[in-house]
Amino acid sequence: MYVKRERSPSLPPPRSEAGVVGWLRANLFSSWPNALMTLAGLALLLYSLPPFLKWAVIDANWLGDSREGCLPPLGDAAGACWVFIKVRLGLLMYGFYPEAERWRIDLAGILLAAAGGQLVAGSLLRAATGRGRRLTGLFPLAGVLLSLALFGILPGLVACAYLAAPDILARARPGRLLLGLAHRPQLHLAARLGLAAGAGAALALGFGAAGQGLAVALSLLAASLIFIALGAYGQSAASVRFSLLLGVYPVICYALLLGGGLDLPLVDTDNWGGLFLTLVIAGVGIATSLPVGILLALGRRSRMPVIKALSVSFIEFIRGVPLISVLFMASVMLPLTLPAGMHVNKLLRALVGVSLFYSAYMAEVVRGGLQAIPRGQYEAAEALGLRYWRVMRLVILPQALRLVIPGITNTFLGLLKDTTLVAVINLMDILGILKSALADTRWLGFTKEAYVFAGVVFWVICFGLSRYSMLLEKRLKPGRN
Amino acid sequence: MAIPDDPIIRIRHVNKWYGQFHVLKDINLTVGRGERVVICGPSGSGKSTLIRCVNRLETHQKGTISVDGIELTDDLKRIDRVRREVGMLFQNFNLFPHLTVMENCILAPVWVRRMPLLEARELAMQYLTRVRIPDQADKYPGQLSGGQQQRVAIARCLCMSPKIMLFDEPTSALDPEMIKEVLDVMVDLAGSGMTMVCVTHEMGFAREVADRVIFMDGGEILEENTPEAFFSAPQSERARLFLGQILSHAQMGARTNPD
Repeated sequence: MYVKRERSPSLPPPRSEAGVVGWLRANLFSSWPNALMTLAGLALLLYSLPPFLKWAVIDANWLGDSREGCLPPLGDAAGACWVFIKVRLGLLMYGFYPEAERWRIDLAGILLAAAGGQLVAGSLLRAATGRGRRLTGLFPLAGVLLSLALFGILPGLVACAYLAAPDILARARPGRLLLGLAHRPQLHLAARLGLAAGAGAALALGFGAAGQGLAVALSLLAASLIFIALGAYGQSAASVRFSLLLGVYPVICYALLLGGGLDLPLVDTDNWGGLFLTLVIAGVGIATSLPVGILLALGRRSRMPVIKALSVSFIEFIRGVPLISVLFMASVMLPLTLPAGMHVNKLLRALVGVSLFYSAYMAEVVRGGLQAIPRGQYEAAEALGLRYWRVMRLVILPQALRLVIPGITNTFLGLLKDTTLVAVINLMDILGILKSALADTRWLGFTKEAYVFAGVVFWVICFGLSRYSMLLEKRLKPGRN
Repeated sequence: MAIPDDPIIRIRHVNKWYGQFHVLKDINLTVGRGERVVICGPSGSGKSTLIRCVNRLETHQKGTISVDGIELTDDLKRIDRVRREVGMLFQNFNLFPHLTVMENCILAPVWVRRMPLLEARELAMQYLTRVRIPDQADKYPGQLSGGQQQRVAIARCLCMSPKIMLFDEPTSALDPEMIKEVLDVMVDLAGSGMTMVCVTHEMGFAREVADRVIFMDGGEILEENTPEAFFSAPQSERARLFLGQILSHAQMGARTNPD
């Protein structure tokens, strides 16, 4: 017989398992094949990287404002000619947006950077103490100061109102969580009226310049109504900030960027272009395709045959045709079906096309997540007396969406890069502008620079999105502390 | 059997089919207010299906079920009213893993009963104390043991102040060490006068708290009796066989013995 009287203590791991040497051994040289792969990878880097860096950085030409800056007397023909990009930077960023009005895009960008930056930093610093949290307040502060300094009093005030609102709203009712308030029917009404006003604005836009003033007024009305509703829905400053970014920021952008009222001259969307246009299409596509995709996924799993059939046929139809043909159809076929005199803006058509196209893909991604949720979760929620939409919103979707964050990110990245296809309906996104620059007879032969630049710009944006999604995934892991 | 004088659940001639398979055959059962009924029987006998019909997680095709005077039909409003008054415990707990214990508990009171948040929190804390885990309120279900999760599930039901609680094999997925802590809470609940319908194989629990034991096999109720009479002298051959199996297993493992 054997009885153990004393329990064994836990010991620290052996030295070879820790430190830099331990890490190298475990990850790079754990076995012969692994060591060979490491050396091969190193050799490949050594072979390919130095020549590229020599071309892109060391021998590159940065000075001057004409082609001569890159040619032998002044520059080095063996290096990249970044002057080519430099002289067109404004065009590449803003398209043909009038130079005097470009500050409006800058303001929209600053608002986005300040509000979004605060959200991202807030989630990064989630674990940090009160002081770390307060540091995220620097984002809106910087945003307001920058807008004041760069654009003057009125834009500064707009920035201040938008950026400070979440904190003021959250502080106005400290402790009293606003969940209870969400049942007030007035708020639902406000939200619905806001959406209706937004739809009205879109419709008014359809009537061209005459509808423009009305569209701006309606969109501002929509913004303020949605603002009130979302403000009361939110449970914390962060959630208010998030809903404002989704609900109100687009409306502000719409009024600000398009103009046509409030002393802002109208800048027709035909003049929009460059990275700015790329981001507008991608942003609208992302913000629409997720909710519409969720609705389609729910529709596809619905027990109601009509809804199910509609969702399935929409998804399968859209997934069966290439994006290019959807864009073509939106720009050629749609005007034929509209009543005479009604004109749907070219950009709006592209936006609708891209959004609907990616909604279908998103629907299938979301459906994958919905299928992974065990039936018991639905049953438990229903047994508690929750109705369908609440079961979905409070119990099923939060779990399903977290599961498919990688798939959602994938779709978003695909969308972002596919915005380059709008070139086929004559919208000048960043790639379109680069292509027309390549055709410039004074600047022939800078293909490499153009495509490397476009590649780097897209890579930076996509990489940022991808990292943020990974962060989100980690943060939303159930059972976190 | 005598029909209870103040019935809260009435099941009349209920039949249910899964495709061709006849799962419930002409079930008649009345449960009185405050009564504690244990349903047992071999697996596949339709006992879980029966109690899942009571809160309409399953639909029956023939017969009538009424709960607290509300007859269950396809009418969603009626189903909602019934579900609000009927709590249900599942074999796999089915807590919401993305919400903390506290959030699990306040979800339904806030969204279904429209209770102010602070009040809901207080209520939840009160019930979490009653199931003896007030200190776990801010943890996520995945961080708790099975027994603790099932107790949270009980607290989550109680937060809706139900008139009836249905238990669908609440201890079957638990380790022997944890069964007792859940049964203790259920015994405590029985003592407070809750109407309970339990599908369970815990014969010790049935003996201790049940007013009536119902034995089902093949979709039919074969026997209905007081626990004393049922356990000492089962009338049907099938029940004798079933009890023989269960009790010999119980003695071997000594797993159920709250007495």
